[in-house]
Amino acid sequence: MSAPVLSVRNLVTQFDTRAGTITAVDGVSLEVGPGEVLGIVGESGSGKTITGFSILGLIDKPGRIAGGEVLLNGQDLRKLSDRAMARLRGDRIAMIFQDPMMTLNPVLRIDTQMIETIRAHRDVSRSRARDMAAEALALVGIPSPVERLRTYPHEMSGGMRQRVVIAIALMLEPDLIIADEPTTALDVTIQSQILSEMQKLMAERNTALIWITHDLTVVAGLAHRVAVMYAGRIVETGSVDDLLDHPMHPYTRGLISSIPSSVPRGERLVPIKGMTPSLMNLPEGCAFAPRCPQASEICRKARPDRQDLASGRGLRCFHPLEEA
Amino acid sequence: MLAYLIRRLGQAFLVMAVMATIVFFGLFAVGNPIDLLINPEADLAEQEETIRRLGLDKPVHVQFGFFLAGLAQGDLGTSFVHNRPALELILSRLPATLELAFLGILIAVVLGIPLGMIAGLKPEAPYSKVIMAGSVVGFSTPNFWQGLMLIMLFAVFLGWLPAGGRGDTVDVLGIPVSFLTWDGLSHLILPALNVAIYKMSLVIRLTRAGTAEVALQDYVKYARARGLSPFRVVGVHVLKNILIPVVTVLGLETGNVIAFAVVTETVFSWPGIGKLLIDSIGLLDRPVVVAYLMLTVFLFVMINLVVDIGYSLLDPRVRVKGGRS
Repeated sequence: MSAPVLSVRNLVTQFDTRAGTITAVDGVSLEVGPGEVLGIVGESGSGKTITGFSILGLIDKPGRIAGGEVLLNGQDLRKLSDRAMARLRGDRIAMIFQDPMMTLNPVLRIDTQMIETIRAHRDVSRSRARDMAAEALALVGIPSPVERLRTYPHEMSGGMRQRVVIAIALMLEPDLIIADEPTTALDVTIQSQILSEMQKLMAERNTALIWITHDLTVVAGLAHRVAVMYAGRIVETGSVDDLLDHPMHPYTRGLISSIPSSVPRGERLVPIKGMTPSLMNLPEGCAFAPRCPQASEICRKARPDRQDLASGRGLRCFHPLEEA
Repeated sequence: MLAYLIRRLGQAFLVMAVMATIVFFGLFAVGNPIDLLINPEADLAEQEETIRRLGLDKPVHVQFGFFLAGLAQGDLGTSFVHNRPALELILSRLPATLELAFLGILIAVVLGIPLGMIAGLKPEAPYSKVIMAGSVVGFSTPNFWQGLMLIMLFAVFLGWLPAGGRGDTVDVLGIPVSFLTWDGLSHLILPALNVAIYKMSLVIRLTRAGTAEVALQDYVKYARARGLSPFRVVGVHVLKNILIPVVTVLGLETGNVIAFAVVTETVFSWPGIGKLLIDSIGLLDRPVVVAYLMLTVFLFVMINLVVDIGYSLLDPRVRVKGGRS
């Protein structure tokens, strides 16, 4: 694999609250290469979104990045000044948010929001920026882009708005796009259209993509590699086929058995027992231990370290399921 | 849009008519102006003469009839006291009040919005707490007392500014204005500040609440994720979204200042319409009071119209439906 576009090492993000410090992201390490799609899968509260915002340096108080490195093309973003970081955002790293209804500013026209983004990063005239914006809209399959530029967000459907947001992300040809559940709020038909277009565009432009989702089926069709997050940690990672066919972490297997299409017709789905733990009071040992069918004494006492296995698999578990 | 305007104006005239009727009969019930107007030294013939001249010898419904007939011709009646047409009297005093009101509102907006945004963006910072504490003081200080304190401080102790009156004026398009002469401006500052402090506190609180809410919206975080400068994020993305409640309240407040700047005008002997109203009520000068309140209603309706148009400029989602369905 060529040099990674993004390399995150031991990232720790914490929130200081009255009730104490909450570690939302706890020692996350990941890498994405050019043209590669990394899926980050996890339930709500697993820290996947916070991981995305930490990479962009968009953690607001009372949160803070407490440790680790975020290297973009070898440059440590945590050492950059606010101003230098702002120059990078939207230009080298773009982000797509979850809810297209909430992402675009409701009182500003599409062209205003696209042109301001271009002109924040490129020294181009307003009319040149407008042309670039129209091209970007055409690229993501928006019909009559020039007219569309003059509309307000509320005059568009959700799918259309998400395309606009994707167009804004692609517009300046970033090295990395972080997409935080961008299709969750959309109809299934629109969802699959957008997925396949994203896949095509990423491959064409050799852009690295981090796709954050709670939906394993989306990841299965889109990602090259997957990282499964639980309670702020990556519990298992590997190539998508390997990981889905031979899950080693009990949590990953639990997720897979909860997908309706994973079990033969007529059989019962197997939900994971219990609830996602509150980050306020995580168990002492492995965070998944209270819900884990394999858990033993050691799981309740110590946290498993990350083991790097062959073929790019990583795992945090004392009792991995049978190896492939 | 035209139909909308016509409907709004129709509503305005209806409200003005109802208002005029209530005030007319209300003042009639309060007392008899003759007791206040007529020189007690005057002999009976002179008294009779005056009563007849003012039309006060007729029963009230006949007087009201005359009033309506005059109204139909655009005549709001003649002041009992000043012996001048009521409307003319009011309009001659209006520029002073408008000047005071607009400068007060301007100060409130220019200082209040930035201060409110600062307090909303950094609620925990010490300077934000100072701003909010200041706004509570500005909010709760009685207007007349605040005016007196301003006079004490700036006119009496420091001697920087005059304590009252209007100062030199310059005619612009036939309207006398103070703010273009140094003397006029120095007379205007204190009363305008007295008007501004309460409004500014209101604007600060509204802006802070709006900013704190809008700052958490996804579109603000998204604007930052696109690498926009903090100035643009706050100055465009946040500001444009918080202006609607601010504009609403400012509209109402502008009407209030124009119509009821009585306290400030009295404290600073500012020759505006508020002072005229108080004097006229005191003397039961019915034509002036009725004309004044009709004008006030008209102003309020107009200001509300401007506010509604302002909404559609600020928020595309509330635009009045025109040609498109």
